[in-house]
Amino acid sequence: MGRTFGTAEFLFLLKAIPWTLLLSLGALAGGGVVGLLIAILRTSPFRVLRWLATGYIELFQGTPVLMQLFVTYYGLAVLFNIRFGPWPAVLTAFTLYSGAFLGEIWRGSIQAIPRTQWEAAECLSLSLPKQLWYVILPQAARISIPPTVGFAVQLIKNTSIAAIIGFVELTRAGQLMTDTTFKPMIVYPIVAALYFIICWPLSLLAQTLERRIDATLGIKQYF
Amino acid sequence: MNYVFQFNVVWDHFPELLHGARLTIQLSAMAMALGLCLAIVCAYGKSAGPKPVRWLVGFYVELIRNTPFLVQIFIIYFSLPMLGLRLTANTAALLAMTVNLGAYASEIVRAGIEAIPQGQVEAARALGLRRLQIFRFIIIFPALKTVYPALSSQFILLMLSSSVVSTISAVELTAITNSLQSTTFRSFEFYFVATGLYLVMALGFRAALGAIYWAVFQHGRAA
Repeated sequence: MGRTFGTAEFLFLLKAIPWTLLLSLGALAGGGVVGLLIAILRTSPFRVLRWLATGYIELFQGTPVLMQLFVTYYGLAVLFNIRFGPWPAVLTAFTLYSGAFLGEIWRGSIQAIPRTQWEAAECLSLSLPKQLWYVILPQAARISIPPTVGFAVQLIKNTSIAAIIGFVELTRAGQLMTDTTFKPMIVYPIVAALYFIICWPLSLLAQTLERRIDATLGIKQYF
Repeated sequence: MNYVFQFNVVWDHFPELLHGARLTIQLSAMAMALGLCLAIVCAYGKSAGPKPVRWLVGFYVELIRNTPFLVQIFIIYFSLPMLGLRLTANTAALLAMTVNLGAYASEIVRAGIEAIPQGQVEAARALGLRRLQIFRFIIIFPALKTVYPALSSQFILLMLSSSVVSTISAVELTAITNSLQSTTFRSFEFYFVATGLYLVMALGFRAALGAIYWAVFQHGRAA
């Protein structure tokens, strides 16, 4: 019969946490760049650019992350004619996925800035990029922090899906430990608890920040 | 890139993919209905129940919202049998989706309940309505109307995340795509088309939910 679930097995789970966090941080960094671009395009005065950005968001918010992972995984293999390990595919897919969600969140933040701020900046004869960079984005960044933290929680949870294509992070480690110990009753609740320990403080932080920003700016968040 | 795309293989199996899409729609629609019922009960418990009930609902909501869906599925399908509760893959999938949606949607419904003006509740109390009657006749209908857009997005997110239940061998679009690609070796093509089907389903669900809104809240009784 299999091994018992002891300290070594628990440590194996703990050692997988950095991979979950690394993937989340990588996707958040890459997705931040993509998302900023999407948010700017989505609020730009040019219709074609807005359409492009909207199409991107619709595509990634309208399809399952798992499918995005599969398409990227096999797509990269097709594109470069070699089979990569899961890491590049997983990082690419989660970057593109985060880009769509962050783009939509940040679009909302940019649009929450009153029209008059743009007009005032224009009166100071700032060019369009300068209006955006010096006047709008610093204010939008403040409002966007709580929903961005909220999205980070969603992202950390969703990186579990990378386990399905064999990327070893917390959930995959849980599967492996279940396979060796035959104790799903112990392993999976522990995995869930570990996720909870990571995500819950972030959720609380998002809630606190949201309340504080509501109080200082008086801007009502819609969900 | 010297890969030759062969989409004709996919078209040969297209009826099977469509069958998978139908299964996904069925599974999601059932989970939406059951999850909404669970959410309404939880929202009632959280806003009007005695303290232990409130605490219990709060615990359930936080637990589900801060752990990955995939791990929740594993616990229901692999861990619960150890306690003697053995479910088929599709029942486990439906249960996991319902439990998951119930937590997210109950928070949304609760926001709607809190948006009801206190004066309406006082007026109802003055008319001698009991607590459950107030909830049933005064609160829930306009509350659902207020939060309908947020509920719709949550429903669509649920439909998309249903692709993950293929990991416990529940039969739906992703599972069928998995088995088709493994027998034909046209992985990229199959996943690409399946992704397209999910996008169509997401748009279809959005249209259907919009129609339901019109039928229930605009055309039907005035709220």
